[in-house]
Amino acid sequence: MTEITTNAPARIDSPSKRIFKEFIEDRIAVVGLLLFVIVALIAIAAPWIAPQNPYDLAQLDIMDGALPPGEVSFATGQTYWLGTDQQGRDMVSAIMYGLRISLLVATVSLGLAITIGTIIGVVAAYFGGKLDSFIMRIVDLQLSFPAILIALILLALLGRGVDKVILALVIVQWAYYARTVRSSAIVERRKDYIDAARCLALSNRRIMFRHLLPNCVPPLIVVATVQIAQAIALEATLSFLGVGVPITEPSLGLLIANGYDYLLSGSYWISIFPGLALVVTIVAINLVGDRLRDVLNPRLQK
Amino acid sequence: MIVYLVRRLGQSMLAIMAMAVLVFAGVYFIGNPVDVLINPEATQADIIATTQRLGLDKPLYQQFGIFIWNALHGDLGTSFVYGRPALDIIMERLPATMELAVVALFLSVGIGIPLGVWAGLRPKSIAGRTIMGGSILGFSLPNFWQGMLLILVFAVILGWMPAGGRGETTEFLGMQVSFLTWDGLSHLILPAINLALFKMSLIIRLARANTREVCMQDYVKFARAKGLSSRRVVLVHVLKNIMIPIVTIIGLELGSMVAFAIVTETVFAWPGMGKLLIDSINLLDRPVIVAYLMLTVLIIVAINLLVDVIYSLLDPRIRLSEMKG
Repeated sequence: MTEITTNAPARIDSPSKRIFKEFIEDRIAVVGLLLFVIVALIAIAAPWIAPQNPYDLAQLDIMDGALPPGEVSFATGQTYWLGTDQQGRDMVSAIMYGLRISLLVATVSLGLAITIGTIIGVVAAYFGGKLDSFIMRIVDLQLSFPAILIALILLALLGRGVDKVILALVIVQWAYYARTVRSSAIVERRKDYIDAARCLALSNRRIMFRHLLPNCVPPLIVVATVQIAQAIALEATLSFLGVGVPITEPSLGLLIANGYDYLLSGSYWISIFPGLALVVTIVAINLVGDRLRDVLNPRLQK
Repeated sequence: MIVYLVRRLGQSMLAIMAMAVLVFAGVYFIGNPVDVLINPEATQADIIATTQRLGLDKPLYQQFGIFIWNALHGDLGTSFVYGRPALDIIMERLPATMELAVVALFLSVGIGIPLGVWAGLRPKSIAGRTIMGGSILGFSLPNFWQGMLLILVFAVILGWMPAGGRGETTEFLGMQVSFLTWDGLSHLILPAINLALFKMSLIIRLARANTREVCMQDYVKFARAKGLSSRRVVLVHVLKNIMIPIVTIIGLELGSMVAFAIVTETVFAWPGMGKLLIDSINLLDRPVIVAYLMLTVLIIVAINLLVDVIYSLLDPRIRLSEMKG
């Protein structure tokens, strides 16, 4: 970033093209992006590419229980590259399915939280006054408590379930987006193009969502990449603690929790490999997020 | 100053009230409060007696009043599992959690600041890059998984440390602590590292960013030009100026450490109040859950208030802008 470019740009690229060009300058970030794409593809395609359906009991053989990595099945002759758990479940398949649930929960909650947070943030910034200070009080109040505590409270009261975890994550996360959008929208609101739009007697809704909002997107993207990594980690933590997804739909966190009981007896692979999958996913997203923050930060632009 | 203090105190009370309303709503609206607050194994006569004692037959606003009144008197219900006041059980577990949180805080500060300053002074060096890479890892590894790796490496493979529990405790200032005996210390060290790693990464990043910024300032350049040893420049000129934001973060993070201790305590079977919370959730011991929440909220709000007041004493600008806003 700090190196000086000698050749002056011949023509001005569109913003998305410039962002893309700058993004790929950092090789580590590109690796992160590639890793994330691979992880996402595995999660989407899990039912078709997994060696077995780990939750179809007919495909499991208790004789294959707790095999170390690389062992061959007694019944079918297939190789368990990452071993099996106590029920004879192939860990490769379990991780693929677990990844699917982890990413599903994270992306759905991300989408909902961004939508809710953005609308609230734009409305607060656009109308200002009492409404704004009321909304921001709630945001401050919520952000003064650790996310994990709030999520834990909700799930302790609501019980387990994929939908409940998503609800808890949305409630935990909306405030970050509301605050981010509001702080950039409050700057944008004072600019001339908003005044111009007002003079054209456009409706408030149109000004807020067609004029104001598009200019608040870059910081939102940065916060979103940080938050999706946080959401994945939080969901895994909640499931590990036993208040997250149900046993019938195990995410990576629940797989790790199940394997934890066998860790002390030396069957490390049942919890370590799902953990590695989780870490690779989160690190990949964080690498992308770090680079995006640099690329989208106007203060660091050449 | 007094205006600011009163105003800030009012905000804190508001925060506690809001959480009380939420907890009340959670307990009284989701499901039948009789099931929630009364032991499912209680007899019919018990149920009626407790219903009346808790005022569950009264209108909702009166119930809320009773809930607050009892809470102010330290009555947050009786545990189903232990058959004793929920608050007492939590207070017994509080020292273990506090010890863990404080030791972890010392670790994260004692290791995080030197590493962060080092990385900030030499951002391009191999050591600086390694430290930053490590801090990204510390950020990305989920807390519970870090803990499991620590157990796997140091307890299962190497056998140096016990895998869980608290070990021997001794009395110190009226509290049971474990850092004074070797057995207690060996039980404490892994959970404390586990709890410290995330905050350490945070402090490293913060210290690095601030050090880089401070090093660009004229007074640091001037100090160097004056021929002061780089040791003195770093220890006096740089360190002093990066401490303000770090102290703020440390204060605020102490509250979140109490919350994050839930995870660490569960992984290491550390008998603190976080482990108690998870056990209570699994056993549906709702009065303990409610008591834990109210107490934790109180602790976090109190810490936030304290940090804000200290900070406003250090930096009068905060006070002025708050009073205007």
